[in-house]
Amino acid sequence: MPETWLDHLIYMVILLLKIIAVVVPLILAVAYYTYMERKVIGYMQVRRGPNRIGPLGLFQPFADVFKLLLKEIVMPENANKFLFVLAPVLSMAPAFAAWVVVPFNDWMVIADIDAGLLYILAMSSLGVYGLIIAGWASNSKYAFLGALRSSAQMVSYEIAMGFALIGVLIMAGSLNLSEIVRAQQGGLLDWFWFPLLPLFVIYVISGVAETNRAPFDVAEGESEIVAGFHVEYAGAAFAVFFLAEYANMILISALTAILFTGGWLSPFEGIPVIGDTILGQGSIFWFLAKTVFFMYLFLWWRATFPRYRYDQIMRLGWKVLVPITMVWVLVAACFSVFGLVVRGS
Amino acid sequence: MPITEIVFYMFSLVLVAAAVAVITVRNPVNAALFLVLAFFSSAAIWMLLEVEFLAIILILVYVGAVMVLFLFVIMMLDINLAPMQEGFINYLPVGITVAVVMALELMVVVWSKGRFDETAFPVPPPHPDTYSNTKALGELLFTNYLLAFELAGVILLVAIIAAIALTHRQRTGSKRQNPSMQVRVQRDERVRLVKMDPEPRQGSQ
Repeated sequence: MPETWLDHLIYMVILLLKIIAVVVPLILAVAYYTYMERKVIGYMQVRRGPNRIGPLGLFQPFADVFKLLLKEIVMPENANKFLFVLAPVLSMAPAFAAWVVVPFNDWMVIADIDAGLLYILAMSSLGVYGLIIAGWASNSKYAFLGALRSSAQMVSYEIAMGFALIGVLIMAGSLNLSEIVRAQQGGLLDWFWFPLLPLFVIYVISGVAETNRAPFDVAEGESEIVAGFHVEYAGAAFAVFFLAEYANMILISALTAILFTGGWLSPFEGIPVIGDTILGQGSIFWFLAKTVFFMYLFLWWRATFPRYRYDQIMRLGWKVLVPITMVWVLVAACFSVFGLVVRGS
Repeated sequence: MPITEIVFYMFSLVLVAAAVAVITVRNPVNAALFLVLAFFSSAAIWMLLEVEFLAIILILVYVGAVMVLFLFVIMMLDINLAPMQEGFINYLPVGITVAVVMALELMVVVWSKGRFDETAFPVPPPHPDTYSNTKALGELLFTNYLLAFELAGVILLVAIIAAIALTHRQRTGSKRQNPSMQVRVQRDERVRLVKMDPEPRQGSQ
């Protein structure tokens, strides 16, 4: 604990630098995630995707950003001005704040706190405020319907998500994300995706629902309610919503990598020849590779599945996913008690 | 002044201001949002007490779940403010009585010597770096207070079931789907192929 003012100052500056070192690559990742989305979906639909600005269209995200920033922000006539401006900020802040406890490798983490997973849950449950407030403050029926849909959906899927996390907690015996990764040491089949396969699948599904992405994107539902909660937003404010949505997707991907597929651990760990080379070592490379893989799944599903009907979403969440997670939490407890899966072996 | 004190007063100020705003602002949605701010500030103050588990739970449960449902309901209500303010004078005596009683109770707590002041509750010493609030709380709950903890769990479960049983009504005239029947449906049940000869066009030769 630093004591003098100078110590405080140095501590704050170092902390600030660490935060910048996470946030700047994150924003760049969001920019190129939009590019990746357009390219991947383009190729899946036998198109080329953006290919005009820069080599292979690589500067397209920057063109998009400048376009959005230079556009006029239109304020609806009877909107609640303050909340209308506050909403995008409220949706972006938790998406970024959650990254503070994400471990990139064995030592690269801003805050190695013991309640890390709870903190993540708390932050992801705050994201819904941005949506609700945006829908309400816009004073528009479409926006309000979108806000109601998405808040009901997010609250419902948070339950399935929470139960899936409880399974992980039981297996890992810790709320600290770094400890959870260390508990999965030992190779491909020691990662939690294998003993907790149903929870892994459910976590990914509710992750897609939590971020309001296809096939659960009824909050936007272009064909029904135009664009949902952000129908009245334009320019920079819209860009911030966009940023938050993509940052949340990257966050969910990173969390799936950490909680179920061993974070920074190498899949070749323990395999004779290749496990002794550098590929067998855990590193940030593996963490990023896994994260990008789950990010790709989001795009793949968007190009593959048709949108769910709203009652089907609710039915899936409450009557299918929640009961399965409850049962598997029990199974995970048995694994743990009877020593069928040993931590960090 | 140590930095923790500055942080404490900062969040306390926000907390008190937000709490006052909850009962003074006109718009119920704004009031609910100020309540969210109040929860947040108190969570930050708990964090200063090194009870990070409880602080995060406060945000997770109250801000993340309870207040979302609150806002959800408030936004859908069509509240007309004028009739709500009609009874103000009638309720004023009762309100003032309650306020005075509460103020007196608070004064007893603040001014009583030896029972509630710093001698009875000294500032707790800071915990060592290895202290984990989550672990400490878990150990207490699952050893010393296991029975009370489980009783609380059972009571909550009963409350959940009771709430569902009390509010659940079988609505008449609602159309429901049977998804498994929808999935199992065969082509023959929905489509009928009819074989017929082509008819000559009317009025053409």
